[in-house]
Amino acid sequence: MKQTRFIDLVPHIVLIVGVLIFAYPIYVTLIGSTWDSATIGRGGLPLWPGGQGAANYAQAWAGEAGERAIYTPVRTMMLNSLVMALSIAVGKIAISILSAYAVAFFRFPLRMAFFWLIFITLMLPVEVRIIPTYKVVADLGLINTYAGLAIPLIASATATLLFRQFFLTIPDELLEAAKIDGAGPVRFFIDVLLPLSRTNIAALFVILFIYGWNQYLWPLLVTSSGDMETIVTGITKMIGTGESANDWHLIMATTVLAMLPPVAVVVLMQRWFVKGLVDSEK
Amino acid sequence: MATVEIRNVRKSYGPVEAIKGIDIAIQDGEFLVLLGPSGCGKSTLLRMVAGLEGITGGEIAIGGRVVNELDPKDRDIAMVFQNYALYPHMTVFDNMAYGLKIRGIPKAEIRARVDKAAEILELGRFLDRRPSQLSGGQRQRVAMGRAIVREPAAFLFDEPLSNLDAKLRTQMRVEIKRLQDRLGITSLYVTHDQVEAMTLADRILVMNHGVAEQIGTPLEVYQRPASLFVAGFIGSPPMNVLDGRIDDRGEAVLVPGGQRLLLPQSRPTDAGRPVKLGIRPEHLAAAAADFPGGFSIEIELVEALGADTVVYGRLPDGEALLVRMAGIPTVRERDRLTVAPQDGALHLFDAVTGRRVE
Repeated sequence: MKQTRFIDLVPHIVLIVGVLIFAYPIYVTLIGSTWDSATIGRGGLPLWPGGQGAANYAQAWAGEAGERAIYTPVRTMMLNSLVMALSIAVGKIAISILSAYAVAFFRFPLRMAFFWLIFITLMLPVEVRIIPTYKVVADLGLINTYAGLAIPLIASATATLLFRQFFLTIPDELLEAAKIDGAGPVRFFIDVLLPLSRTNIAALFVILFIYGWNQYLWPLLVTSSGDMETIVTGITKMIGTGESANDWHLIMATTVLAMLPPVAVVVLMQRWFVKGLVDSEK
Repeated sequence: MATVEIRNVRKSYGPVEAIKGIDIAIQDGEFLVLLGPSGCGKSTLLRMVAGLEGITGGEIAIGGRVVNELDPKDRDIAMVFQNYALYPHMTVFDNMAYGLKIRGIPKAEIRARVDKAAEILELGRFLDRRPSQLSGGQRQRVAMGRAIVREPAAFLFDEPLSNLDAKLRTQMRVEIKRLQDRLGITSLYVTHDQVEAMTLADRILVMNHGVAEQIGTPLEVYQRPASLFVAGFIGSPPMNVLDGRIDDRGEAVLVPGGQRLLLPQSRPTDAGRPVKLGIRPEHLAAAAADFPGGFSIEIELVEALGADTVVYGRLPDGEALLVRMAGIPTVRERDRLTVAPQDGALHLFDAVTGRRVE
């Protein structure tokens, strides 16, 4: 009896320790955002909430300047990040589902060549092709635009492969039944394939939204003006080079705000996952 | 409602010829069953009629109109698939209505047609459900409903009952027959199940290796199989086939066991010709031990099916012989038994080509 209770306890303890390790830095950030900069600056951050929360968040959200530096307000950066992340997620899904549709359902010359072409781009991370990409974007005059932020990141081999694999599991008879019912390729795609893919789309949306939101290197390169700043690059710019003290209270508040949209997406989309699991239709 | 004509239709996949010239004219309202083993080309032929496979040679005409170059949707046909191929995310109603919606039929008429089909198929209660919430038999009905609402020139069935369990299969078979009688729509039905073929068909097209072995009514196919292949495929258990030779006077068949079986009429021109002799198990009956032309067998296995009994026997020269007797078993394993063919039960086939010898 005691033996089994001990064995039951072990996984719980491991999990609790794990949660604490992961949660602690977030907790510190949260607490830090409620104290004034002097308290944090002294190096002795208390582990309980302070009284400056409302003021800090208000300042970070709308303020043009902290006590020691000039910033882009968080609301601008959030909007920029949101536009970029949504464009990347929606764009990637739209392009990859269409190319997967082409590769999986149509017979055309060089079909496999195109497939492999898409496939090998998996081997080229953004960083490898960043200079030519930058050159193209700059020549197109897309520096400091939403298009410049999002379009180069939209092509996605991973999502294409994922959709292709899913499409291959759809029985041929379904396509044939649709043909006999009189549905052309576009109708079949809209009326049958899209609704069947919606749980895949939801899952990809979560992953790709967070991917877009967390982009750092590319936004750093293609934005130079403050009003195109995204929040991830913005936070790092708030942290100075060490020659002057930082507005830690504002940095912490900004960080907490930066976490909210990805968390919201995960929480909202989780319902879709569960729904997809409950009425599995295949 | 329409005729379906298949004129010398061929299908090749590269150098492989899957269908080697099939010719048949299906009458308006006729129920034609395409019967054959897996890989004989029966599904391919059906899919060519549907427009899901290209036609390598020959012509297919539906309602007098050659459809070789038409898309499936323009051929005025409806198809029922083996795995039903229902749209999983649509309700039963939407599944049936989808084809009509695409064709731009007014909503009120779609409603009326679907309701009517649902009533015929007793699906009224399920119209709002998804396919995943239905049993196999109900899904099968929805697939048929989707075909019915289209009011097509022809129904095409591709082994529609293969995914059902035995009891449901029998039930759905009866329903399909009743439905087709009621609607009178020309139907092509692919199956490898001879019972389905016998019970449903007005005519059966027996296929083997892409060739039509025989086209005829179920009873013609059973009573006068055109080849050894048909003889072996139709009937359960399959027909016994023995090597034989027509005697010198053309009056009887001699089999290696020494029996001399009298032919219904003498055929002097065939004297001495080697033949294959076919006798259906159900046309053999127990006889006295010294019955002329009787086969003496040693019983190896007795299968009691209730209504009748199948006896697996072995002739003295080692050939197997099946006998099907009515009622419960009256013999036991390792008994000896003499059986004799009933009058007119002999089928003769050419020893080389396997074609029927009349």
